[in-house]
Amino acid sequence: MTAVRHLYVHLPFCAHRCGYCDFVTVVGRHGLHERYVDALLLELELERAMLAPRLETVFLGGGTPTLTQAGALRRLLGALPSAAELTVEANPETVTPELALLLRESGVTRVSLGAQSFRPHLLQVLERRATPDDVRRAFYHLRDACFDNISIDLLHGIPRQSAADLELDIGEALALAPEHISYYELEAKPGTRFTHAHGAELAQQAEAMEDYFEIVIERLTAAGYRWYETANFCVAPVRAGGRDLRARHNLAYWLGRDYLGLGIGAVSTFGPERRRNTPRLNGYIAALGRGERPQRELEALAPGVRALERVMLGLRLDEGLPLAAAEGSLDRAALGRLERLGLAARRPGRDGPEALLLTPRGRRLGGAVTAELLA
Amino acid sequence: MDQDRIRNFSIIAHIDHGKSTLADRILEVTNTVTGREMREQVLDSMDLERERGITIKAQAVRVDWKGHELNLIDTPGHVDFTYEVSRALQACEGAVLVVDAAQGVEAQTVANAYLAIENNLELLPLANKIDLPQANPDAAADELAELVGDTPDRVLRVSAKTGEGVEAVLDAIVERIPPPAGDPKAPPRALVFDSAYDQYRGVVAFVRVVDGQFRAREEVRAMAQGTRFETEEVGFFSPTMRAAELLEAGEVGYVVTGLKDVAKLRVGDTLTSQARPAENPLPGYKDVKPMVFAGLYPTDSDEYPQLRDALERLKLNDASLSYEPETSQALGFGFRCGFLGLLHMEIVRERLEREFDLDLLVTAPSVAYQVETPSGERLEVHNPADMPSERERVEEPYVRASIVVPKDGVGQVMELCNERRGRFDHMEYPSPERVLLVYELPLGEIVFDFYDQLKSRTRGYASFDYDFAGFREGELVRLDVLVGGEPVDALSLVLHRDEAYGRGRALVDRLREEIPRQMFDVPVQAAIGSRVIARETIKAKRKDVLAKCYGGDITRKRKLLERQKAGKRRMKQVGAVEVPQEAFLAVLNLDGGKR
Repeated sequence: MTAVRHLYVHLPFCAHRCGYCDFVTVVGRHGLHERYVDALLLELELERAMLAPRLETVFLGGGTPTLTQAGALRRLLGALPSAAELTVEANPETVTPELALLLRESGVTRVSLGAQSFRPHLLQVLERRATPDDVRRAFYHLRDACFDNISIDLLHGIPRQSAADLELDIGEALALAPEHISYYELEAKPGTRFTHAHGAELAQQAEAMEDYFEIVIERLTAAGYRWYETANFCVAPVRAGGRDLRARHNLAYWLGRDYLGLGIGAVSTFGPERRRNTPRLNGYIAALGRGERPQRELEALAPGVRALERVMLGLRLDEGLPLAAAEGSLDRAALGRLERLGLAARRPGRDGPEALLLTPRGRRLGGAVTAELLA
Repeated sequence: MDQDRIRNFSIIAHIDHGKSTLADRILEVTNTVTGREMREQVLDSMDLERERGITIKAQAVRVDWKGHELNLIDTPGHVDFTYEVSRALQACEGAVLVVDAAQGVEAQTVANAYLAIENNLELLPLANKIDLPQANPDAAADELAELVGDTPDRVLRVSAKTGEGVEAVLDAIVERIPPPAGDPKAPPRALVFDSAYDQYRGVVAFVRVVDGQFRAREEVRAMAQGTRFETEEVGFFSPTMRAAELLEAGEVGYVVTGLKDVAKLRVGDTLTSQARPAENPLPGYKDVKPMVFAGLYPTDSDEYPQLRDALERLKLNDASLSYEPETSQALGFGFRCGFLGLLHMEIVRERLEREFDLDLLVTAPSVAYQVETPSGERLEVHNPADMPSERERVEEPYVRASIVVPKDGVGQVMELCNERRGRFDHMEYPSPERVLLVYELPLGEIVFDFYDQLKSRTRGYASFDYDFAGFREGELVRLDVLVGGEPVDALSLVLHRDEAYGRGRALVDRLREEIPRQMFDVPVQAAIGSRVIARETIKAKRKDVLAKCYGGDITRKRKLLERQKAGKRRMKQVGAVEVPQEAFLAVLNLDGGKR
């Protein structure tokens, strides 16, 4: 088995759990930050053997990684293996000049700022703590600390979000000129408090909001961003001095690479196996305190599943995937049909093999198109 | 047996008025069935026969009562089988007319009484369920007396459940029903009033011998159809099959024919001896043709062979069921089946689903249309999709419907009949509280939820019976439904021109709701010929993506995708459009359920 070159570290602590969130988070429990970081580092030691000596990417996600106490965060960043790209997720209200500096000094190369919106009433609906000013201020603090790769997370399809709200959000984001924008459609997942409160309203607005995704794509591409993944945009290389500003860590997922996840709820995939750590904070800390691996849920990936996932994920990318990699899981007749409908295409690779990809309209209908393409 | 000591009778009743319970009690009181053998509803139960290795159900049971041979002849229980009922009645000299004393006279009571009177039967009116607290035997007796033209004091009062009055019924049968009056010396004639198929013995005919005698090992001929066979055995049921040396004039029993196809020996035909044939058959033979048609499709197309086998097996015992293979673009491979009526259709469908464990999709029922093309050719059309677009004239079947309703429901019933192009014939008053309405209605109107509407508009109080009344010309059109420009053959309808717009609109609206949005715009149209009368567009989806997909989301995303793919497999393809089976079901229910 080849060594893993992508590492995810989960920092679950949050000041408040937002209604729409379904990630593994922990509110309060400040006393546990240090012990949690200890546990993370112990888990890292247990898994170290599978990691390559030099990693391509490390990603600190949450939760709110930047809510972690400064000392603990600094210690963690210092102890992680070095990598070409080291991303940390940050919530705007936690980004002070000191924190920005801490991240910078600790070798962080990229910050992903969870803005979600610039509209006060929408931030309220989302139960976000930051104000629009907090978002802008956080961005400037990061710039001041010389971060030259900042991503902003935004949401569309928020309850009561009008088309004008959407335009304003896009405008505000573009005004900051971030290197990268992740623009997600708000998913009201069943069973969340949010869906309980807003589900009916969202269903009602669904048709009116159907255009939002298209508007986001149009505006951002017009502003010189490359729509390189279903929900992700980066400044195109021609406007970035040739830099490839795609999120390399996430790209690894979409290219079907192996990855190691540390921390509660973290998922790892290598070879024919996927595993998910226990989401229970105490159990996790206790197990590692005993020098044992935390409890995990194992998922054996049947033969062909990784290849199928490769297609499913690869079709989210603007460059698609090598046709040869998709061959085994493809319904040829469906491909022909979708090509005629202008939803899928085959293209000779620039210098590589022939690629299978979706057209822009096909990418907007990616779920249905992919379901049809796969045999 | 001397004919004077024979009595042949039926029990006739509206559904659930207690016919089967009375039959059970008669078997018990006459010691035909001992206590240990007694089961609820012996005549209707096949278990008893199965235990003894006989797979067919007794249609006539011989019982002894005070030195007399009484033959109880079972009649098919529902309205589609009027002709079969009338053949069974023709085998009798009398009938016990059972009415639930808590319900009074209902539509089938009236219809059955008239049928018995037409067959010159002596009617013994009987008020049943007198043990019920809500029973009103006096009122029931008045209604019955009025209906059969007798006096209320001659109405028998019985509780078949407790057995009260059952012996008096048997005495009355002996006293009041006349003995058979055939000629024992004449060339033999026997009426076939039912038949059944046994996998070991072939077709078993239930017969009433009118003249002469029948024995085993005798050459016999069915006079109307010309079928010949040698009798393998003759006998009677009491309550199980008992072989006898002969069946003679006046007696009721069975003939084992050895025939392998029930269609070779139809109900109503006359058996006679090949060696000494009768000159004329018994009167009244009709070749009954299916009137109601529907496409039956397996929900899972892999079950097509099972459906074919199941229909084959049902057909062995049901000569009036017809079927032929049919292919629908939308529904795949299935069968166009012909039924005597709606209830027959329901029974067949239920048996296919219950006994054969099949999941079926049934198209809107249609009727048989007689079409004359411009070139003068005459066709009978059983599937709306086969209705030619060029036609000189179209005739549709009409029925004569008898509806009994409490008098405050008359308005609603008349309104319903008028909506359904009914022609009022006349009205009768079988009792002070109840009205009998007689209408002529197109059968095509009855097959769409008429019965449900009738029940709901009269809060369940109306009862209904009908009989075929002939073909009449109508202003009929074929309505097609097109999805993505492709006609959906399974949804074509033939209906009156005036109703085309309303139904076309309803179908299109419903389909628009039911068909999920596709990756392109899908027009849904209702059309008569090339003229579109209703149209809706299912707008193309503009997005269909899962927003986030990172390391922790991949499994969930893959499962969603697998579910989406599994969903696609259940879709039916109409051109390039994927239509979920449920959409067809919903639209087909629209035909059956609401207007």
